[in-house]
Amino acid sequence: MIDYDSLLAEKVRQIKPSGIRRFFDIANEMDHVISLGVGEPDFRTPWAIRQAGIHSLEKGHTWYTANAGLAELRNEIADYLERRFQISYRSKDEILVTVGGSEAIDLAIRACINPGDEVLIPEPCFVAYSPITALTNGVPVPIETKAEDGFRLTAKALKEKITPKTKLLIFPFPNNPTGAVMRKEHLEEIAEVLRDTNILVLSDEIYAELTYGSQNHVSIASLPGMWERTVVVSGFSKAFAMTGWRLGYAAAPAPIMKQMIKVHQFAVMCAPTTSQHAAVEALKSCGEEIVKMREEYDMRRHFIVDGLNKLGLTCFNPEGAFYVFPSVQSTGLSSEDFCQKLLYAQRVAVVPGNSFGESGEGFVRISYSYSIEHLMEALKRIEAFLKTL
Amino acid sequence: MNRLLNLLDKNCRLTNEQLAVMLDTTAEKVAAAIESYETQGIIHGYKAAIDWDKTDREYVIARIEIKVIPMRDHGFDEIARTIYSYDEVETCYLMSGGYDLAVTVSGKNFKDIALFVSQKLAPIDAVQSTSTHFVLKKYKERGVLLAEKERDMREDVL
Ligand SMILES: Cc1ncc(COP(=O)(O)O)c(C=O)c1O
Repeated sequence: MIDYDSLLAEKVRQIKPSGIRRFFDIANEMDHVISLGVGEPDFRTPWAIRQAGIHSLEKGHTWYTANAGLAELRNEIADYLERRFQISYRSKDEILVTVGGSEAIDLAIRACINPGDEVLIPEPCFVAYSPITALTNGVPVPIETKAEDGFRLTAKALKEKITPKTKLLIFPFPNNPTGAVMRKEHLEEIAEVLRDTNILVLSDEIYAELTYGSQNHVSIASLPGMWERTVVVSGFSKAFAMTGWRLGYAAAPAPIMKQMIKVHQFAVMCAPTTSQHAAVEALKSCGEEIVKMREEYDMRRHFIVDGLNKLGLTCFNPEGAFYVFPSVQSTGLSSEDFCQKLLYAQRVAVVPGNSFGESGEGFVRISYSYSIEHLMEALKRIEAFLKTL
Repeated sequence: MNRLLNLLDKNCRLTNEQLAVMLDTTAEKVAAAIESYETQGIIHGYKAAIDWDKTDREYVIARIEIKVIPMRDHGFDEIARTIYSYDEVETCYLMSGGYDLAVTVSGKNFKDIALFVSQKLAPIDAVQSTSTHFVLKKYKERGVLLAEKERDMREDVL
Protein backbone atom coordinates (compact mmCIF):
# COMPACT_ATOMS: atom_id res chain seq x y z
CA MET A 1 0.00 0.00 0.00
CA ILE A 2 1.22 3.47 -0.80
CA ASP A 3 1.35 5.73 2.20
CA TYR A 4 0.25 8.90 0.50
CA ASP A 5 0.52 10.94 3.66
CA SER A 6 4.23 10.43 3.83
CA LEU A 7 4.71 10.81 0.08
CA LEU A 8 2.86 13.96 -0.81
CA ALA A 9 4.21 17.45 -0.42
CA GLU A 10 4.05 18.62 3.15
CA LYS A 11 3.39 22.23 2.13
CA VAL A 12 0.41 21.26 0.08
CA ARG A 13 -0.99 18.84 2.59
CA GLN A 14 -0.99 21.61 5.16
CA ILE A 15 -3.24 23.85 3.09
CA LYS A 16 -6.72 23.90 4.53
CA PRO A 17 -9.52 23.44 2.00
CA SER A 18 -11.50 26.62 1.36
CA GLY A 19 -14.16 27.26 4.00
CA ILE A 20 -16.60 28.29 1.29
CA ARG A 21 -16.24 24.97 -0.45
CA ARG A 22 -16.85 23.00 2.69
CA PHE A 23 -20.03 24.87 3.39
CA PHE A 24 -21.45 24.45 -0.06
CA ASP A 25 -20.86 20.75 -0.03
CA ILE A 26 -23.59 20.64 2.63
CA ALA A 27 -25.88 23.00 0.73
CA ASN A 28 -25.53 20.97 -2.46
CA GLU A 29 -26.97 17.92 -0.75
CA MET A 30 -30.19 19.75 0.04
CA ASP A 31 -33.24 20.55 -2.11
CA HIS A 32 -34.80 23.96 -2.70
CA VAL A 33 -31.82 25.84 -1.38
CA ILE A 34 -31.63 29.41 -2.47
CA SER A 35 -28.10 30.58 -2.60
CA LEU A 36 -26.58 33.95 -1.93
CA GLY A 37 -23.17 32.45 -2.01
CA VAL A 38 -21.90 32.66 -5.55
CA GLY A 39 -18.92 34.90 -6.27
CA GLU A 40 -19.47 35.51 -9.95
CA PRO A 41 -21.79 37.65 -12.05
CA ASP A 42 -25.25 36.29 -12.82
CA PHE A 43 -25.13 38.02 -16.20
CA ARG A 44 -24.11 36.08 -19.22
CA THR A 45 -21.14 37.37 -21.17
CA PRO A 46 -22.43 40.09 -23.52
CA TRP A 47 -23.37 38.52 -26.85
CA ALA A 48 -20.93 40.59 -28.90
CA ILE A 49 -18.07 39.14 -26.87
CA ARG A 50 -19.35 35.59 -27.23
CA GLN A 51 -19.69 36.18 -30.97
CA ALA A 52 -16.08 37.32 -31.18
CA GLY A 53 -15.03 34.07 -29.54
CA ILE A 54 -17.18 32.06 -31.92
CA HIS A 55 -15.78 33.93 -34.94
CA SER A 56 -12.24 33.26 -33.87
CA LEU A 57 -13.03 29.56 -33.79
CA GLU A 58 -14.72 29.70 -37.18
CA LYS A 59 -11.64 31.36 -38.59
CA GLY A 60 -9.57 28.57 -37.12
CA HIS A 61 -7.57 30.54 -34.56
CA THR A 62 -6.89 27.44 -32.55
CA TRP A 63 -3.17 27.71 -31.86
CA TYR A 64 -1.24 28.96 -28.86
CA THR A 65 -0.72 32.68 -28.75
CA ALA A 66 2.55 34.35 -27.76
CA ASN A 67 3.38 33.55 -24.15
CA ALA A 68 2.49 37.05 -23.01
CA GLY A 69 -0.76 37.01 -24.96
CA LEU A 70 -2.00 38.36 -28.30
CA ALA A 71 -0.26 41.62 -29.13
CA GLU A 72 -3.59 43.16 -30.07
CA LEU A 73 -5.06 42.27 -26.70
CA ARG A 74 -2.08 43.62 -24.80
CA ASN A 75 -2.40 46.87 -26.72
CA GLU A 76 -6.07 47.06 -25.85
CA ILE A 77 -5.31 46.38 -22.19
CA ALA A 78 -2.66 49.11 -22.15
CA ASP A 79 -5.13 51.56 -23.73
CA TYR A 80 -7.82 50.57 -21.31
CA LEU A 81 -5.65 51.00 -18.20
CA GLU A 82 -4.53 54.40 -19.42
CA ARG A 83 -8.04 55.50 -20.38
CA ARG A 84 -9.84 54.28 -17.26
CA PHE A 85 -7.27 54.62 -14.50
CA GLN A 86 -4.50 56.80 -15.89
CA ILE A 87 -1.81 54.19 -15.42
CA SER A 88 0.66 53.63 -18.26
CA TYR A 89 2.21 50.34 -19.24
CA ARG A 90 4.15 49.34 -22.33
CA SER A 91 2.20 46.56 -23.98
CA LYS A 92 5.44 44.93 -25.14
CA ASP A 93 6.98 44.04 -21.80
CA GLU A 94 4.80 45.34 -19.00
CA ILE A 95 1.54 43.52 -19.64
CA LEU A 96 0.91 39.80 -19.36
CA VAL A 97 -2.31 38.02 -20.24
CA THR A 98 -3.04 35.27 -17.71
CA VAL A 99 -5.47 32.47 -16.93
CA GLY A 100 -7.78 34.60 -14.83
CA GLY A 101 -6.72 37.11 -12.23
CA SER A 102 -6.04 33.98 -10.21
CA GLU A 103 -2.98 33.06 -12.21
CA ALA A 104 -1.72 36.63 -12.11
CA ILE A 105 -1.90 36.54 -8.30
CA ASP A 106 0.01 33.28 -8.25
CA LEU A 107 2.71 34.58 -10.61
CA ALA A 108 3.17 37.85 -8.78
CA ILE A 109 3.63 36.16 -5.42
CA ARG A 110 5.95 33.52 -6.84
CA ALA A 111 8.03 36.12 -8.64
CA CYS A 112 8.51 38.25 -5.52
CA ILE A 113 8.83 35.94 -2.54
CA ASN A 114 11.96 34.36 -1.10
CA PRO A 115 11.65 31.86 1.75
CA GLY A 116 10.86 33.68 4.98
CA ASP A 117 9.64 36.87 3.30
CA GLU A 118 6.59 38.30 4.96
CA VAL A 119 3.48 39.01 2.94
CA LEU A 120 1.00 41.43 4.46
CA ILE A 121 -2.58 40.39 3.81
CA PRO A 122 -5.44 42.67 4.87
CA GLU A 123 -8.31 40.47 6.02
CA PRO A 124 -11.11 39.59 5.51
CA CYS A 125 -10.09 38.94 1.92
CA PHE A 126 -10.23 36.60 -1.06
CA VAL A 127 -9.04 33.17 -0.06
CA ALA A 128 -6.15 32.58 -2.47
CA TYR A 129 -3.42 34.92 -1.25
CA SER A 130 -2.47 33.13 1.93
CA PRO A 131 -2.13 29.55 0.61
CA ILE A 132 -0.13 30.72 -2.39
CA THR A 133 2.18 32.65 -0.10
CA ALA A 134 2.63 29.56 2.02
CA LEU A 135 3.43 27.46 -1.06
CA THR A 136 6.24 29.82 -1.96
CA ASN A 137 7.60 29.50 1.59
CA GLY A 138 6.61 33.06 2.35
CA VAL A 139 5.00 33.98 5.64
CA PRO A 140 1.43 35.29 5.46
CA VAL A 141 0.92 38.12 7.94
CA PRO A 142 -2.76 39.04 8.28
CA ILE A 143 -3.73 42.64 8.94
CA GLU A 144 -7.17 42.93 10.45
CA THR A 145 -9.47 45.50 8.85
CA LYS A 146 -12.46 46.62 10.86
CA ALA A 147 -16.10 47.40 10.25
CA GLU A 148 -15.72 50.76 11.98
CA ASP A 149 -13.10 51.75 9.37
CA GLY A 150 -15.37 50.58 6.58
CA PHE A 151 -13.03 47.56 6.29
CA ARG A 152 -10.35 49.80 4.82
CA LEU A 153 -6.67 49.30 5.42
CA THR A 154 -5.38 52.15 7.59
CA ALA A 155 -1.84 53.48 7.64
CA LYS A 156 -1.67 52.75 11.33
CA ALA A 157 -2.62 49.08 10.99
CA LEU A 158 -0.18 48.72 8.11
CA LYS A 159 2.74 50.30 9.97
CA GLU A 160 2.23 48.02 12.94
CA LYS A 161 2.83 44.94 10.83
CA ILE A 162 5.82 46.09 8.82
CA THR A 163 9.09 44.41 9.79
CA PRO A 164 12.49 44.22 8.07
CA LYS A 165 11.25 40.98 6.49
CA THR A 166 8.17 42.52 4.89
CA LYS A 167 8.37 42.00 1.13
CA LEU A 168 4.90 42.36 -0.29
CA LEU A 169 1.61 44.00 0.57
CA ILE A 170 -1.49 42.39 -0.90
CA PHE A 171 -3.88 45.20 -1.67
CA PRO A 172 -7.32 43.72 -2.35
CA PHE A 173 -9.68 46.61 -3.11
CA PRO A 174 -12.53 46.79 -4.04
CA ASN A 175 -12.72 43.96 -1.58
CA ASN A 176 -14.22 40.51 -1.69
CA PRO A 177 -15.95 39.80 0.77
CA THR A 178 -16.54 43.19 2.43
CA GLY A 179 -17.19 45.44 -0.56
CA ALA A 180 -14.77 47.98 0.91
CA VAL A 181 -13.21 50.52 -1.43
CA MET A 182 -10.11 52.64 -0.90
CA ARG A 183 -10.73 56.14 -2.22
CA LYS A 184 -7.93 58.39 -3.32
CA GLU A 185 -7.42 59.98 0.10
CA HIS A 186 -7.18 56.56 1.72
CA LEU A 187 -4.67 55.42 -0.86
CA GLU A 188 -2.53 58.48 -0.25
CA GLU A 189 -2.18 57.48 3.39
CA ILE A 190 -0.98 54.00 2.43
CA ALA A 191 1.37 55.28 -0.25
CA GLU A 192 2.94 57.60 2.29
CA VAL A 193 3.87 54.61 4.44
CA LEU A 194 5.28 52.59 1.55
CA ARG A 195 7.14 55.17 -0.52
CA ASP A 196 10.47 55.01 1.23
CA THR A 197 10.47 51.27 1.77
CA ASN A 198 11.39 48.31 -0.38
CA ILE A 199 7.95 46.84 -0.06
CA LEU A 200 6.17 45.74 -3.22
CA VAL A 201 2.40 45.84 -3.71
CA LEU A 202 0.11 43.34 -5.36
CA SER A 203 -2.97 45.40 -6.14
CA ASP A 204 -5.86 43.06 -6.93
CA GLU A 205 -8.20 45.30 -8.90
CA ILE A 206 -10.43 42.62 -10.35
CA TYR A 207 -13.52 44.54 -9.14
CA ALA A 208 -12.28 47.93 -10.36
CA GLU A 209 -15.26 48.36 -12.71
CA LEU A 210 -17.69 47.65 -9.91
CA THR A 211 -17.51 50.69 -7.67
CA TYR A 212 -20.61 52.68 -6.89
CA GLY A 213 -21.22 56.33 -6.31
CA SER A 214 -19.83 59.21 -8.27
CA GLN A 215 -16.16 58.36 -7.96
CA ASN A 216 -14.29 56.08 -10.27
CA HIS A 217 -11.93 53.42 -8.96
CA VAL A 218 -8.43 54.75 -8.33
CA SER A 219 -5.48 52.41 -8.75
CA ILE A 220 -2.79 52.67 -6.12
CA ALA A 221 -0.30 52.43 -8.99
CA SER A 222 -1.40 55.88 -10.15
CA LEU A 223 -0.02 57.57 -7.03
CA PRO A 224 3.46 59.08 -7.05
CA GLY A 225 6.14 56.60 -6.05
CA MET A 226 3.81 53.63 -6.35
CA TRP A 227 3.92 52.56 -10.00
CA GLU A 228 7.44 51.20 -9.71
CA ARG A 229 6.57 48.93 -6.77
CA THR A 230 3.14 47.73 -7.82
CA VAL A 231 1.85 44.73 -9.73
CA VAL A 232 -1.69 45.48 -10.86
CA VAL A 233 -3.82 42.35 -11.21
CA SER A 234 -7.14 42.46 -13.00
CA GLY A 235 -9.20 40.50 -15.45
CA PHE A 236 -12.36 39.99 -17.42
CA SER A 237 -14.28 37.75 -15.03
CA LYS A 238 -16.18 40.33 -13.04
CA ALA A 239 -16.23 43.44 -15.22
CA PHE A 240 -17.37 41.65 -18.37
CA ALA A 241 -19.11 38.67 -16.79
CA MET A 242 -16.52 36.33 -18.28
CA THR A 243 -15.61 34.02 -15.41
CA GLY A 244 -15.71 30.84 -17.46
CA TRP A 245 -13.37 32.20 -20.12
CA ARG A 246 -10.53 32.19 -17.58
CA LEU A 247 -8.87 35.37 -18.64
CA GLY A 248 -7.06 38.01 -16.63
CA TYR A 249 -3.89 40.03 -16.75
CA ALA A 250 -1.08 41.60 -14.79
CA ALA A 251 0.57 44.95 -15.40
CA ALA A 252 3.90 45.65 -13.76
CA PRO A 253 7.30 47.24 -14.34
CA ALA A 254 9.38 45.23 -16.82
CA PRO A 255 11.87 43.78 -14.30
CA ILE A 256 9.06 42.19 -12.29
CA MET A 257 7.23 41.11 -15.41
CA LYS A 258 10.32 39.46 -16.79
CA GLN A 259 10.29 37.04 -13.86
CA MET A 260 6.52 36.52 -13.87
CA ILE A 261 6.47 35.61 -17.52
CA LYS A 262 8.96 32.80 -17.01
CA VAL A 263 6.71 31.11 -14.49
CA HIS A 264 3.71 31.68 -16.75
CA GLN A 265 5.50 30.24 -19.75
CA PHE A 266 6.45 27.04 -17.99
CA ALA A 267 3.19 26.62 -16.09
CA VAL A 268 0.56 27.31 -18.76
CA MET A 269 2.31 28.51 -21.98
CA CYS A 270 -0.38 31.06 -22.70
CA ALA A 271 -3.93 32.01 -21.77
CA PRO A 272 -6.78 30.43 -23.82
CA THR A 273 -6.66 31.72 -27.39
CA THR A 274 -10.42 31.89 -27.98
CA SER A 275 -10.86 33.87 -24.80
CA GLN A 276 -8.19 36.31 -25.84
CA HIS A 277 -9.95 37.04 -29.12
CA ALA A 278 -13.20 37.55 -27.26
CA ALA A 279 -11.50 39.87 -24.78
CA VAL A 280 -10.28 42.14 -27.56
CA GLU A 281 -13.91 42.71 -28.47
CA ALA A 282 -14.80 43.26 -24.82
CA LEU A 283 -12.29 46.08 -24.43
CA LYS A 284 -13.03 47.58 -27.82
CA SER A 285 -16.77 47.80 -27.69
CA CYS A 286 -18.36 46.82 -24.43
CA GLY A 287 -17.99 49.87 -22.21
CA GLU A 288 -21.74 50.38 -22.25
CA GLU A 289 -22.42 46.83 -21.18
CA ILE A 290 -20.27 47.40 -18.13
CA VAL A 291 -22.25 50.49 -17.23
CA LYS A 292 -25.54 48.61 -17.55
CA MET A 293 -24.40 45.79 -15.34
CA ARG A 294 -22.95 48.20 -12.80
CA GLU A 295 -26.26 50.07 -12.58
CA GLU A 296 -28.09 46.84 -12.04
CA TYR A 297 -25.70 45.78 -9.26
CA ASP A 298 -26.03 49.21 -7.70
CA MET A 299 -29.81 48.92 -7.42
CA ARG A 300 -29.51 45.48 -5.90
CA ARG A 301 -26.89 46.77 -3.50
CA HIS A 302 -29.23 49.45 -2.18
CA PHE A 303 -32.00 46.89 -1.95
CA ILE A 304 -30.09 44.25 -0.01
CA VAL A 305 -28.30 46.68 2.34
CA ASP A 306 -31.59 48.31 3.23
CA GLY A 307 -33.30 44.95 3.68
CA LEU A 308 -30.59 43.53 5.93
CA ASN A 309 -30.36 46.63 8.06
CA LYS A 310 -34.12 46.55 8.54
CA LEU A 311 -33.79 42.98 9.76
CA GLY A 312 -31.23 44.06 12.33
CA LEU A 313 -28.26 42.52 10.52
CA THR A 314 -26.30 45.73 10.41
CA CYS A 315 -24.11 46.12 7.44
CA PHE A 316 -21.98 49.01 6.41
CA ASN A 317 -22.67 50.30 2.95
CA PRO A 318 -20.26 48.53 0.61
CA GLU A 319 -18.96 50.72 -2.18
CA GLY A 320 -17.60 48.07 -4.49
CA ALA A 321 -17.74 44.49 -5.82
CA PHE A 322 -21.06 42.62 -5.41
CA TYR A 323 -21.00 41.54 -1.80
CA VAL A 324 -22.40 42.79 1.46
CA PHE A 325 -20.86 41.76 4.72
CA PRO A 326 -23.44 42.11 7.47
CA SER A 327 -22.70 41.50 11.12
CA VAL A 328 -24.58 38.61 12.73
CA GLN A 329 -23.37 39.45 16.21
CA SER A 330 -26.83 40.61 17.27
CA THR A 331 -28.01 37.01 16.97
CA GLY A 332 -25.43 35.77 19.44
CA LEU A 333 -24.37 33.11 16.94
CA SER A 334 -20.94 32.54 15.48
CA SER A 335 -20.60 32.98 11.71
CA GLU A 336 -20.58 29.25 11.11
CA ASP A 337 -23.53 28.56 13.41
CA PHE A 338 -25.54 31.32 11.83
CA CYS A 339 -24.92 29.98 8.34
CA GLN A 340 -25.57 26.39 9.26
CA LYS A 341 -28.78 27.15 11.13
CA LEU A 342 -30.02 29.43 8.37
CA LEU A 343 -29.31 26.75 5.83
CA TYR A 344 -31.10 24.00 7.72
CA ALA A 345 -34.03 26.12 8.87
CA GLN A 346 -34.76 28.19 5.77
CA ARG A 347 -32.52 26.74 3.07
CA VAL A 348 -30.66 29.94 2.37
CA ALA A 349 -26.95 29.57 1.74
CA VAL A 350 -24.63 32.41 2.72
CA VAL A 351 -20.92 32.18 3.44
CA PRO A 352 -19.47 32.43 6.96
CA GLY A 353 -17.26 35.50 7.31
CA ASN A 354 -14.44 33.60 8.95
CA SER A 355 -13.81 31.80 5.63
CA PHE A 356 -12.08 35.03 4.64
CA GLY A 357 -9.80 35.29 7.65
CA GLU A 358 -10.27 35.24 11.39
CA SER A 359 -11.30 38.86 11.46
CA GLY A 360 -14.37 37.90 9.43
CA GLU A 361 -15.80 36.13 12.47
CA GLY A 362 -19.16 37.58 13.44
CA PHE A 363 -20.02 38.40 9.82
CA VAL A 364 -21.41 36.61 6.79
CA ARG A 365 -20.87 37.26 3.11
CA ILE A 366 -23.93 37.76 0.99
CA SER A 367 -23.56 38.08 -2.74
CA TYR A 368 -26.00 40.21 -4.67
CA SER A 369 -25.21 38.89 -8.09
CA TYR A 370 -28.79 37.63 -8.18
CA SER A 371 -32.05 39.03 -9.50
CA ILE A 372 -34.11 41.31 -7.28
CA GLU A 373 -36.82 38.65 -7.12
CA HIS A 374 -34.28 36.14 -5.85
CA LEU A 375 -32.98 38.60 -3.26
CA MET A 376 -36.53 39.35 -2.12
CA GLU A 377 -37.26 35.71 -1.52
CA ALA A 378 -33.97 35.29 0.34
CA LEU A 379 -34.69 38.28 2.59
CA LYS A 380 -38.11 36.86 3.38
CA ARG A 381 -36.57 33.60 4.45
CA ILE A 382 -33.86 35.30 6.50
CA GLU A 383 -36.54 37.32 8.26
CA ALA A 384 -38.45 34.15 9.08
CA PHE A 385 -35.25 32.58 10.38
CA LEU A 386 -34.41 35.52 12.63
CA LYS A 387 -37.87 35.35 14.18
CA THR A 388 -37.19 31.83 15.40
CA LEU A 389 -34.05 32.79 17.30
CA MET B 1 -35.48 58.91 -13.69
CA ASN B 2 -35.00 56.65 -16.69
CA ARG B 3 -33.76 54.09 -14.24
CA LEU B 4 -37.21 54.06 -12.63
CA LEU B 5 -38.80 53.32 -15.99
CA ASN B 6 -36.27 50.57 -16.62
CA LEU B 7 -37.12 48.96 -13.31
CA LEU B 8 -40.86 49.15 -13.95
CA ASP B 9 -40.35 47.83 -17.45
CA LYS B 10 -38.89 44.68 -15.93
CA ASN B 11 -41.10 44.36 -12.90
CA CYS B 12 -44.02 46.70 -12.32
CA ARG B 13 -45.04 44.96 -9.12
CA LEU B 14 -42.25 46.44 -7.04
CA THR B 15 -43.65 48.75 -4.37
CA ASN B 16 -42.78 52.43 -4.28
CA GLU B 17 -40.77 51.74 -1.13
CA GLN B 18 -38.75 49.05 -2.86
CA LEU B 19 -38.18 51.21 -5.90
CA ALA B 20 -37.11 54.11 -3.69
CA VAL B 21 -34.51 51.98 -1.92
CA MET B 22 -33.10 50.71 -5.17
CA LEU B 23 -32.88 54.17 -6.63
CA ASP B 24 -31.60 55.74 -3.43
CA THR B 25 -34.50 58.17 -3.17
CA THR B 26 -37.78 58.46 -1.27
CA ALA B 27 -41.07 56.66 -1.82
CA GLU B 28 -42.80 60.05 -2.15
CA LYS B 29 -40.51 61.03 -5.01
CA VAL B 30 -41.11 57.71 -6.72
CA ALA B 31 -44.88 58.12 -6.36
CA ALA B 32 -44.71 61.62 -7.80
CA ALA B 33 -42.55 60.51 -10.72
CA ILE B 34 -44.86 57.62 -11.55
CA GLU B 35 -47.91 59.86 -11.43
CA SER B 36 -46.25 62.31 -13.74
CA TYR B 37 -45.32 59.50 -16.15
CA GLU B 38 -48.91 58.38 -16.12
CA THR B 39 -50.36 61.82 -16.81
CA GLN B 40 -47.82 62.42 -19.56
CA GLY B 41 -48.77 59.12 -21.11
CA ILE B 42 -45.24 57.79 -20.77
CA ILE B 43 -46.60 54.94 -18.70
CA HIS B 44 -49.73 53.55 -20.34
CA GLY B 45 -50.43 50.64 -18.10
CA TYR B 46 -49.10 47.73 -16.14
CA LYS B 47 -49.53 44.39 -17.86
CA ALA B 48 -48.31 40.97 -16.88
CA ALA B 49 -46.11 39.19 -19.40
CA ILE B 50 -48.12 36.04 -19.97
CA ASP B 51 -47.13 33.14 -22.13
CA TRP B 52 -50.61 32.06 -23.25
CA ASP B 53 -49.18 29.03 -24.95
CA LYS B 54 -48.66 27.51 -21.54
CA THR B 55 -52.32 27.97 -20.60
CA ASP B 56 -55.38 26.19 -21.93
CA ARG B 57 -56.63 29.34 -23.58
CA GLU B 58 -56.88 29.00 -27.34
CA TYR B 59 -54.73 31.76 -28.66
CA VAL B 60 -53.19 32.38 -32.03
CA ILE B 61 -51.51 35.48 -33.28
CA ALA B 62 -50.52 36.69 -36.70
CA ARG B 63 -48.52 39.56 -38.04
CA ILE B 64 -50.18 41.25 -40.94
CA GLU B 65 -48.37 43.54 -43.31
CA ILE B 66 -50.76 46.02 -44.84
CA LYS B 67 -50.26 48.32 -47.79
CA VAL B 68 -52.62 51.25 -47.76
CA ILE B 69 -53.46 54.14 -50.07
CA PRO B 70 -53.63 57.35 -48.09
CA MET B 71 -56.22 59.73 -49.48
CA ARG B 72 -57.00 63.37 -49.02
CA ASP B 73 -58.41 63.98 -45.53
CA HIS B 74 -57.72 60.37 -44.81
CA GLY B 75 -54.01 59.94 -44.01
CA PHE B 76 -52.13 57.11 -42.32
CA ASP B 77 -53.31 58.06 -38.85
CA GLU B 78 -56.97 57.81 -39.78
CA ILE B 79 -56.51 54.52 -41.56
CA ALA B 80 -54.54 53.18 -38.63
CA ARG B 81 -57.31 54.21 -36.27
CA THR B 82 -59.89 52.35 -38.30
CA ILE B 83 -57.73 49.28 -38.00
CA TYR B 84 -56.44 49.45 -34.43
CA SER B 85 -59.90 50.12 -33.06
CA TYR B 86 -60.72 46.45 -33.50
CA ASP B 87 -60.18 44.53 -30.24
CA GLU B 88 -58.47 41.78 -32.19
CA VAL B 89 -55.59 44.15 -32.99
CA GLU B 90 -52.88 43.95 -30.33
CA THR B 91 -50.25 46.16 -31.88
CA CYS B 92 -50.28 48.52 -34.83
CA TYR B 93 -47.22 50.28 -36.19
CA LEU B 94 -46.59 52.61 -39.12
CA MET B 95 -43.57 51.24 -40.97
CA SER B 96 -40.95 52.45 -43.38
CA GLY B 97 -40.09 50.22 -46.34
CA GLY B 98 -42.08 47.72 -48.35
CA TYR B 99 -45.42 48.09 -46.61
CA ASP B 100 -47.14 50.65 -44.44
CA LEU B 101 -48.80 49.17 -41.39
CA ALA B 102 -47.61 46.26 -39.31
CA VAL B 103 -50.42 44.84 -37.25
CA THR B 104 -50.49 42.01 -34.73
CA VAL B 105 -53.84 40.32 -34.52
CA SER B 106 -54.93 37.67 -32.05
CA GLY B 107 -57.75 35.16 -32.20
CA LYS B 108 -58.81 31.75 -30.95
CA ASN B 109 -57.54 29.92 -33.99
CA PHE B 110 -56.21 30.38 -37.53
CA LYS B 111 -59.70 30.55 -38.96
CA ASP B 112 -60.65 33.40 -36.65
CA ILE B 113 -57.78 35.44 -37.93
CA ALA B 114 -58.35 34.53 -41.56
CA LEU B 115 -61.96 35.68 -41.18
CA PHE B 116 -60.86 38.89 -39.50
CA VAL B 117 -58.57 39.66 -42.40
CA SER B 118 -61.06 38.86 -45.12
CA GLN B 119 -64.10 40.39 -43.46
CA LYS B 120 -62.72 43.32 -41.51
CA LEU B 121 -59.42 44.43 -42.96
CA ALA B 122 -59.60 43.70 -46.65
CA PRO B 123 -62.88 45.56 -47.25
CA ILE B 124 -61.48 48.84 -45.91
CA ASP B 125 -61.25 51.17 -48.91
CA ALA B 126 -57.78 52.42 -48.17
CA VAL B 127 -56.37 48.92 -47.75
CA GLN B 128 -54.65 47.95 -50.94
CA SER B 129 -53.24 44.58 -49.92
CA THR B 130 -52.60 42.42 -46.90
CA SER B 131 -50.08 39.73 -46.22
CA THR B 132 -50.73 37.50 -43.22
CA HIS B 133 -48.03 35.60 -41.32
CA PHE B 134 -48.99 33.31 -38.46
CA VAL B 135 -46.75 33.14 -35.44
CA LEU B 136 -45.65 29.58 -34.80
CA LYS B 137 -43.53 30.06 -31.73
CA LYS B 138 -42.46 32.95 -29.55
CA TYR B 139 -38.85 32.89 -28.49
CA LYS B 140 -38.47 36.24 -26.85
CA GLU B 141 -40.96 38.94 -26.02
CA ARG B 142 -40.16 42.40 -24.71
CA GLY B 143 -36.72 41.28 -23.65
CA VAL B 144 -37.96 38.17 -21.88
CA LEU B 145 -36.94 34.75 -23.11
CA LEU B 146 -39.98 32.52 -23.43
CA ALA B 147 -38.58 29.46 -25.15
CA GLU B 148 -35.83 28.53 -22.72
CA LYS B 149 -36.09 28.51 -19.01
CA GLU B 150 -33.23 30.45 -17.47
CA ARG B 151 -31.60 28.35 -14.84
CA ASP B 152 -28.78 29.36 -12.52
CA MET B 153 -25.95 27.16 -13.67
CA ARG B 154 -23.26 28.70 -11.53
CA GLU B 155 -21.27 26.32 -9.40
CA ASP B 156 -19.76 27.03 -6.04
CA VAL B 157 -16.11 27.38 -6.79
CA LEU B 158 -14.21 28.92 -3.93
C1 LIG C 1 -10.61 39.46 -5.10
C2 LIG C 1 -10.53 38.47 -6.20
N1 LIG C 1 -9.40 38.39 -6.93
C3 LIG C 1 -9.27 37.51 -7.92
C4 LIG C 1 -10.28 36.64 -8.26
C5 LIG C 1 -10.02 35.67 -9.37
O1 LIG C 1 -10.82 35.85 -10.46
P1 LIG C 1 -10.46 35.25 -11.89
O2 LIG C 1 -9.38 34.26 -11.72
O3 LIG C 1 -11.72 34.65 -12.39
O4 LIG C 1 -10.00 36.40 -12.72
C6 LIG C 1 -11.47 36.68 -7.54
C7 LIG C 1 -12.58 35.76 -7.85
O5 LIG C 1 -13.49 35.54 -7.10
C8 LIG C 1 -11.61 37.63 -6.49
O6 LIG C 1 -12.73 37.71 -5.78
